[in-house]
Amino acid sequence: MAEPLPTHMRPERSFQGLILTLQRYWADYGCVVLQPYDVEMGAGTFHPATTLRALGPRPWKAAYVQPSRRPKDGRYGENPNRLQHYYQFQVIIKPSPPDLQQLYLNSLAAIGLDMKLHDVRFVEDDWESPTLGAWGLGWECWCDGMEVSQFTYFQQVAGFECSPVSGELTYGLERLAMYVQGVDNVYDLNFNGRDGAEKVTYGDVFLQAEQEFSRFNFEFADTEILKRHFEDAERECRHILVAGEREGSRHLAALPAYDQCIKASHAFNLLDARGVIAVTERQSYILRVRELAKACGKAWLETAGGGA
Amino acid sequence: MPDLLLELFSEEIPARMQRRAAEDLRKLVTDALVEAGLVYEGAKAFATPRRLALTVHGVPARSPDRSEERKGPRVGAPAGAIDGFLKAAGLASIDEAKVVADKKGDFYVAVTKKDGRPAPEVIAEIVPQIIRTFPWPKSMRWGAASAKPGSLAWVRPLHSILCTFGAETEDPEVVAFAVDGIAAGNVTRGHRFMAPDAITVKRFDDYMPKLEKAKVVLDADRRKDIILHAARDQALALGLELVEDEALLEEVAGLVEWPVVLTGTFEREFLDIPPEVIRTTIRVNQKCFVLRDPKTGGLANRFVLVANIEASDDGKAIVAGNGRVIRARLSDARHFWETDRKALPAYRDTDLKPLDQRLKKLRDQNIVFHEKLGTQGERVDRIRELARGIAPLVGADTEKAARAAELAKADLVSEMVGEFPELQGLMGRYYATAQGEDASVAAAVEDHYKPVGPNDRVPTDPVAIAVALADKLDTLTGFWAIDEKPTGSKDPYALRRAALGVIRIALDNRLRLPLTPFMAANIADHNVELRMADAKEVLVSARKLEEAGITKRGFGVDVLEKILGEKAAAEFARTSAQAAWERVQDLLAFFADRLKVQLREQGARHDLVDAVFALGGQDDLLLVVRRVEALGAFLDTDDGKNLLAGSKRAANILRDEEKKSGTKFDGAVDAALLKEPEEKALAAAIDAAMPEASAAVGREDFAGAMAALAGLRAPVDAFFDKVRVNDADPAVRANRLKLLNRIREATLAVADFSKVGG
Repeated sequence: MAEPLPTHMRPERSFQGLILTLQRYWADYGCVVLQPYDVEMGAGTFHPATTLRALGPRPWKAAYVQPSRRPKDGRYGENPNRLQHYYQFQVIIKPSPPDLQQLYLNSLAAIGLDMKLHDVRFVEDDWESPTLGAWGLGWECWCDGMEVSQFTYFQQVAGFECSPVSGELTYGLERLAMYVQGVDNVYDLNFNGRDGAEKVTYGDVFLQAEQEFSRFNFEFADTEILKRHFEDAERECRHILVAGEREGSRHLAALPAYDQCIKASHAFNLLDARGVIAVTERQSYILRVRELAKACGKAWLETAGGGA
Repeated sequence: MPDLLLELFSEEIPARMQRRAAEDLRKLVTDALVEAGLVYEGAKAFATPRRLALTVHGVPARSPDRSEERKGPRVGAPAGAIDGFLKAAGLASIDEAKVVADKKGDFYVAVTKKDGRPAPEVIAEIVPQIIRTFPWPKSMRWGAASAKPGSLAWVRPLHSILCTFGAETEDPEVVAFAVDGIAAGNVTRGHRFMAPDAITVKRFDDYMPKLEKAKVVLDADRRKDIILHAARDQALALGLELVEDEALLEEVAGLVEWPVVLTGTFEREFLDIPPEVIRTTIRVNQKCFVLRDPKTGGLANRFVLVANIEASDDGKAIVAGNGRVIRARLSDARHFWETDRKALPAYRDTDLKPLDQRLKKLRDQNIVFHEKLGTQGERVDRIRELARGIAPLVGADTEKAARAAELAKADLVSEMVGEFPELQGLMGRYYATAQGEDASVAAAVEDHYKPVGPNDRVPTDPVAIAVALADKLDTLTGFWAIDEKPTGSKDPYALRRAALGVIRIALDNRLRLPLTPFMAANIADHNVELRMADAKEVLVSARKLEEAGITKRGFGVDVLEKILGEKAAAEFARTSAQAAWERVQDLLAFFADRLKVQLREQGARHDLVDAVFALGGQDDLLLVVRRVEALGAFLDTDDGKNLLAGSKRAANILRDEEKKSGTKFDGAVDAALLKEPEEKALAAAIDAAMPEASAAVGREDFAGAMAALAGLRAPVDAFFDKVRVNDADPAVRANRLKLLNRIREATLAVADFSKVGG
């Protein structure tokens, strides 16, 4: 880093400082720094900048923050670690560079983790997303026993072999911030790095939202509407895929079709949280989303971005 | 002789794969060396999180010269055959082949000489091949190379290969090869954080110490040793004891190259959580050990972690960080522990106790146990009814057994078991106790899963025995009914374990328990249900056909319904019972097999088990074992051995005669036709021994039955000594054969002697 940061901007002082530091680090490496995708999704991996860009031969480097919605993990703001809405910091690099582990460790150093003091470990974690038809091998990255990131070499996405393979890093931002700030409750995180009356905590920003969305996720969401949303998204996705298909030339609408796939996935997650999906139905919903993801991946490979 | 050193340096290898991978590397390389004629003196392989290493010492510098002979066609064979032979053997003309004579004439033989090659050349061929086809349980591609098909796959990205070969007295050479652009060299790296620089290595002798200096302990067993001793010492210094855990030790030794053991603390108040929960939380999520306080016998509020670095603050930050995670985990566990003992919001207004609410939830959720075997709720009902039936036979209170069976699966919907499936049963016991269930009911909730493995405890309390047997018999009969039996190495529902569990419970507790009735009822129920489901499907299709206008009204559904309702029901009952009975017999045979395995491990002869099961109708495991024991003891005596020999001789003669004449000699012996004193004596002895033996068997006094048969030994011996079976008078001869048959019948009171070996 060129000049010393003011205290309130430092990664160990504020949640936003942590995000800014990671963005700077990966921007400096050559990633395009994107803004969050404007569709609700369960994880940063669903962002088309990861799912779709991981497919096809074209090199790609991107980093972005993605709000992740996990309706089932809502705890009405009462659990110090679990949130139904949280932030992931996502890095995707295709092809995976040979020094990706070192790049990752340097990013930890950039946010203030001293490797002479802390015990960083790569612990086996095979990643699989049944809804995306994707899998990869990698690790959970532990810092002093705390899982702070996931590190994955994508092998398959949307049912297609990745060639070349991308490296994906996912930082759990709240956890990492709790670690570097030394707080035990996520709502106590210092968000803006100021003290006294100026200080804004994570709780100031998100506690009410966690309470309200927990009510929505578990109690208020209209399941009939959600089922309709799921079916509409599924239908629209298929419709777009057919409409954009051109025999012998590029597909015209892989990205809008994929948006519908993400929407279907989120509707399923909400239905699941409402507890209206029987065990036997669950698998069939997952399969339906996977079929959409596969079809979108296929369409993407027929676009310029997919290398066609 | 020279030594080979090989190291494959990669990103972090999963701990659970390391030991196997090192062993695979050793075997694959040394087998290939031997195959190439390089017979070595010794080899040892190692694994750390970042490397597999192999040292092979005493490898010859060259592989030996070899000559291979290939047999060709006969001299004077057609030209086509000769040409084919020349091509296959790589000869230019038939003059290069030599002629060898054998019984049938002269043949061509091609002799090809293969010169030995320098060992490094051989190694440079062998190793890349092994790397490319290494049997990792799961491997991956990476980097720019993965854009092309067929790129190297490894467990995680492979960074470098070190491969040297040479004698102690000289500088070894780097074996020249490359795999997907990774050229073998003589350079490795030390610890990721403490000694990341390159290290140049000559051979194993300096490789290991140089790594050690670079903060890498190469040998996993040494890492385990270091961890174990440091953990014990630190516990001792605190006046505590390490709760040892071999599987965890193996795992953590695979997560570090330089083990540093540290001890941390958590708040005493967490010790209110059941100790098994604390241990599981800390072990599964944090891979840390726990400590026991010898004064109380309970857990101490400490944990032992294994770090991978010597931190500049002596590990204070590491201990603090781990402590924070452990506290968060224990808070979660305490939350589950408290929530699970409270009412469920949805059932708050019922008068059900907390665990009964979970049972209700389990039923209400219709969680499928197996597609063809219904829901968990239905399974609970079946186990409860089985337990009721078994209870009186094992001395258990019927109502307690039923209650325990009902609660046995309720903890599956508890928060704690949702988080830690391995705590199933145990949590059920805690929650049952918490709501004031009878102590033996609570204990049975935990113990009904037991014994889980060969070293696991077998339940001894009658209530637990009843539920444990019911659980296992329900599983076995269910999967037998739908024909999902274990095959070869595939046993996804752990049915072998279930059968072995039944056997151990019956034998360890000396239980008298005929299995057939319990198996038959359950299998028959499943069978009828499945077939009714088929019938329902037929009906539904018929309705659809009608709705679609494909079938005409009048011929349609109502007729079919009537037929299926009346006649089919009876037919179902008949064929189902038949099919069910066959399945029961098959399941009994499965038990016999498991019992054989079990008894063989205890040193019993499996032919004796066969001899007893061959009697038929043997469904009481304890009686089978008692018979086997008595038979074994009897056959160890002279009387037993001789009677066995005599009875086998009788059986052989009979078999031959029955074959020759096509008749059986199973009628009564005619006393009037008995001439010789020895045959009269034998007939009398059999007449006396048979009822005595049967009576003893009736009393389940198998030793007594054997003793009764022992009396036959002398008359049988005397008979064969003095009496000729093959008398000139056919009536006398037939009568003597009938007498031989009586010997066989007599011995069948205790076992089928024809199945006994030797």
